[in-house]
Amino acid sequence: MSAANLVQLLYLVATGLFIMSLRWMSDPETARKGVFSGVAAMVLAVAGTLVGVVTTGGTHYWWILLAFIVGAAVGYPLAQVPLTAVPQRTALSHAFGGLAAGLVGAGKFFLYYGQGDAEALAPYIVIAIVLEILLGFLTFTGSLMAAGKLQEVKWIPQRPVTYPGQNVINLCLFALALGLGAALVLNPLAAWAPVAFLLVVLLSLAFGVLLILPIGGADMPTVISILNAYAGLSAVAMGFVLNNKLLITAGALDGSSGLILSIIMCKAMNRSFANVLFGAFGQAQQAVAGGEAKVYKSDTTESAAQIMAQASLVVIVPGYGMAVAQAQHRVRELYDQLKKRGVTVKFAIHPVAGRMPGHMNVLLAEAEIPYDDLVEMDEINGEMAQADVALIIGANDVVNPAARADKTSPIYGMPIIDADKARTVYAIKRSKNPGFAGIENELYYLDKTFMLFGDAKAVVGDLARQLAGEGGH
Amino acid sequence: MSLLDGTTLALVQAPAHGGHGQLDFMGALFVFMLATFIGLMAIQRVSRLLHTPLMSLTNAISAIAVVGAIIVAAGKDAPVYVTALGLVAIFCSTTNIVSGFLITDRMLKMFKKREGSGK
Repeated sequence: MSAANLVQLLYLVATGLFIMSLRWMSDPETARKGVFSGVAAMVLAVAGTLVGVVTTGGTHYWWILLAFIVGAAVGYPLAQVPLTAVPQRTALSHAFGGLAAGLVGAGKFFLYYGQGDAEALAPYIVIAIVLEILLGFLTFTGSLMAAGKLQEVKWIPQRPVTYPGQNVINLCLFALALGLGAALVLNPLAAWAPVAFLLVVLLSLAFGVLLILPIGGADMPTVISILNAYAGLSAVAMGFVLNNKLLITAGALDGSSGLILSIIMCKAMNRSFANVLFGAFGQAQQAVAGGEAKVYKSDTTESAAQIMAQASLVVIVPGYGMAVAQAQHRVRELYDQLKKRGVTVKFAIHPVAGRMPGHMNVLLAEAEIPYDDLVEMDEINGEMAQADVALIIGANDVVNPAARADKTSPIYGMPIIDADKARTVYAIKRSKNPGFAGIENELYYLDKTFMLFGDAKAVVGDLARQLAGEGGH
Repeated sequence: MSLLDGTTLALVQAPAHGGHGQLDFMGALFVFMLATFIGLMAIQRVSRLLHTPLMSLTNAISAIAVVGAIIVAAGKDAPVYVTALGLVAIFCSTTNIVSGFLITDRMLKMFKKREGSGK
């Protein structure tokens, strides 16, 4: 077998393993096999590439080895972050992925340009290179911004930043980048081509920042998914540049994953892509907030614990507040205490609860709550009327009944967890201010609702202690 | 350059050469379309429970960019700065491969069924 065929064979097997890797993710039982198959695929892909490079006379092997070692040394600690930091870790690795694609695109362009190779710079190759660097570099800065917002880095504004003409400016920049790209496609070997190329790179970098500036925390799950898709698509573009089918397949798998997650997130917020990217969600709502002050009824953990102890079904609705307070282990204690008393406990998981898709599930799994008790929104809503208690831990918009009834509300139409249908509602909230999006939540003013003010971790821990103290055995 | 080397180069790095390149482009489009459909169908079946691990897994998979990065970094007649771009790209991708697969596995290990649940 020739070396070339061996390379392609390795790539073929790697492609199959990547597909199986995603296939095995369909069930938590088989999901870990998916990781192993992904690792195997990656090893084969790298091995195949090295075979190809060696047989065609490559060089710089020591440097390449060094890059591998440094990469692994940085990657290992990034995998050990606490699970509450997973959203920003994910955003950070999208940034790395985008940067890698952008750099390879730039490298290829300057290589061909330096060689004056008109054939290698055929129009479709240049189109692919331009798309690769556009997507790659905008994913790079966009994801860095997203990671910064999630990590609450000081000099990155948390609240959406908007200014007049924002969308017009962004679209103009994007059009300018596309125009320069088109000029490059037509004259890839012109004397000004390297300058135009660098301008496209700069515009993409700027565009990534500007795109994320107006985005608030509540939209992060959608934005992270979109950036995920972009990172995949930039790998696809790289595949077209290098005529490498493995890159195209693996990139397409990643791209479709990002696409599906974005669609699920958008549906769960009843919003369109365009609205998420150009709508500046948080801003629109500040005008709405701030009507006349209504009164909350608050309650003590003591009486809340008593009510829960007598319940037969308690539904817990976790939100980003649970993640911020790192309350998941206390929630587990509460879950155990209630179970001990024969209370059925279920968790109602809204698709956009938290800062990335599936965020709540991972945190609760970390606290060793069996995943059978984590119930999706559509499924739990049928049961909410039978629930004696709905306990809301740091969730806000996802339980706001205004989404069902109030046509003037900015979240009108968003599917919610019907916590208000439970017999009694307890809501744990850090402060009396409205949530991140700045929307008043009618749920908190209902007759059946009692507020438990305080840090989620402390309040839930208190509830668990009350339950343990009273009954025990 | 021997004939064998020429073919290998075409398959691994394949700068397009004339009509052959165009044909390959169409082939690449076919691959892209089919892979996208397979991806969409596989991902639709992924349990919502696992969306966070799914994202870190696909993150690691998209670090397949390492293939392109190696090809650029190992280029023989490339100027130094092109090689440097390739090496940085290898670093970035390796970071994603290592951290992506490790953290996915770390998360998946945590998902446990209720003991004795016969469902």
